[in-house]
Amino acid sequence: MSGAHAEEEHISSYGFYVKIWLALLFLTFMTVSVSYVDMKKFTLFTAMLVATVKAGLVVLFFMHIRFDKPIFGVMLMVTLIEYLIFIVLTFSDYAYR
Amino acid sequence: MSTAVVNANSAHDSHDAEHHMPYDPMGIKIGMWLFLFTELLLFGGLFIIFAVYSHMYPREFHQGSSHLSVPMATFNTFLLITSSMTIAQSITALRTGNKKLCLSLLTFTIACAAGFLVVKSFEWGAKFHHDLYPGTEVYFALQPGESAFFSLYYLMTGLHALHVIIGGILIAVVMRAVSKGTVNQEKYAFLENAGLYWHLVDLIWIYLFPLFYLVG
Repeated sequence: MSGAHAEEEHISSYGFYVKIWLALLFLTFMTVSVSYVDMKKFTLFTAMLVATVKAGLVVLFFMHIRFDKPIFGVMLMVTLIEYLIFIVLTFSDYAYR
Repeated sequence: MSTAVVNANSAHDSHDAEHHMPYDPMGIKIGMWLFLFTELLLFGGLFIIFAVYSHMYPREFHQGSSHLSVPMATFNTFLLITSSMTIAQSITALRTGNKKLCLSLLTFTIACAAGFLVVKSFEWGAKFHHDLYPGTEVYFALQPGESAFFSLYYLMTGLHALHVIIGGILIAVVMRAVSKGTVNQEKYAFLENAGLYWHLVDLIWIYLFPLFYLVG
């Protein structure tokens, strides 16, 4: 299994990484400029939305989850669901105390 | 698998057994990811604390945020995103046999890490200059919400900066292994793991940046 491993796996090109980098730069530019426009409640929401898109790009392409075996993505989802449970429990406690 | 058993059983070169262990990049990477999950939950807990306190003291958090430098943080975002790209490219370089380019890209990544820390020290330095750090009279005089903001600011950006330092050291160790040839075109999982760690540092900053510097 380990011998043929190197050939089987996907290698992303330099240019592909540059494209992801440009997308991340663009999204950073967007959040920074949007922060100067006061949209009250929407500011936090848009900032978190853009951050999550950026995080998605990093995880999928830089961290290679998109091209790795599915087990990595599954483990990541389990962790994120676990974290979501923490969030829900904390906020339901905070909201009703 | 079977070669490892044979080696472990033959007594005369049992200390050599490790050397003949089958190389298992998948196992190596799963181990790294499991560690990264604990890191995510560590910072995740802090993010929950931040969310609750910023909801309790929206005005004070807004106030605190206005003291932070957006240009410095934006520049640091640029450094982390760029270095995240170059370390990903260094894996491509090593796997396509371009060891020299791989080492250059890793050097560049470390330079970005150092740059991040320099900017961070200027940022913290400006706060220290105004005695705005835990333990000073100025700090004790802060309103409860304000001190919550700055305590979280120092804790979270400090813990993140610690990860930047560790990441930089880790990349330096990988560079040594690449130049010695123990990490190479066929065995590159160590480089991948260092990359994963560095991307995690980038990932956490992606959330720290808008929460502390922009939203307020």
